[in-house]
Amino acid sequence: MDCIRLEYDVDGENFSSAGNASESVKRTLKQMGVSAASVRRVAIAMYEGEINMVIHAHGGRAEAEIYPDRIDIYLKDSGPGIADIDLAMKAGYSTATENIRSLGFGAGMGLPNMKKYSDEMRIDSTVGVGTTVFLRINF
Amino acid sequence: MTIRDVVKLLNAEILCGAEHLDTEIHTACGSDMMSDVLAYVKDQSVLLTGLLNPQVVRTAEMMDMLCIVFVRGKRPEQPVIELAREKGIVLLTTEKRLFVACGILYTNGLGG
Ligand SMILES: Nc1ncnc2c1ncn2[C@@H]1O[C@H](COP(=O)(O)OP(=O)(O)OP(=O)(O)O)[C@@H](O)[C@H]1O
Ligand SMILES: [Mg+2]
Repeated sequence: MDCIRLEYDVDGENFSSAGNASESVKRTLKQMGVSAASVRRVAIAMYEGEINMVIHAHGGRAEAEIYPDRIDIYLKDSGPGIADIDLAMKAGYSTATENIRSLGFGAGMGLPNMKKYSDEMRIDSTVGVGTTVFLRINF
Repeated sequence: MTIRDVVKLLNAEILCGAEHLDTEIHTACGSDMMSDVLAYVKDQSVLLTGLLNPQVVRTAEMMDMLCIVFVRGKRPEQPVIELAREKGIVLLTTEKRLFVACGILYTNGLGG
């Protein structure tokens, strides 16, 4: 089926620009007339994932495929990987440093929040190789 | 109330978005943790915070919030103000502390 593909480099060295990809996707969905509630679910889930790529994995690539009835999002990084995915998914679990906390992140709420706002979520991760998070959100 | 009422009640200075002061608002939240705002906030349209980095504006944007109030007299750097201007988000700064600013708005009818 035809879809709109969007791809972004997520700069891991620039905390200020984190969120650019999610914002662009949000804007695109809004222009396409997707409901405000769906747009917000996508924006929050993708933004949490994008922030994670920047604060935990030195950045990476974000890809979005927009279909008439849903969006599929792939967040790919070559960061340290996640050793215990079940543990990482627990609300409140975070390895964030004090520095990250002082920026307002690191409560260990991101992954559970992504789960909450997506219809499907998969994490493929290998320690020392990287992490890919897949998110599907039905409109 | 409107954002103009928030300006009056908190004796706030407008950093950007003066053209949106008549926008109606019904609920607000106060937090220095953007993680918590993203995880717990529902339809609140005003964010009160002591944090100044650009992710505060981005978090507000993702949540479709309309106004950010910086407390304790803090003001963000110009690029953060520009980012908010681009998104059509009103930025205010007040000398009041977070607890006091939230209390004033709550007492005057703004919900949580
Ligand atoms: N892309 C990633 N690469 C490596 N580790 C990750 C990645 N994403 C998440 N993690 C690990 O999983 C933990 C939990 O992630 P989660 O997003 O739930 O919380 P957080 O990012 O620490 O805090 P918050 O999202 O509340 O700001 C992180 O602290 C980190 O250890
Ligand atoms: Mg996170």
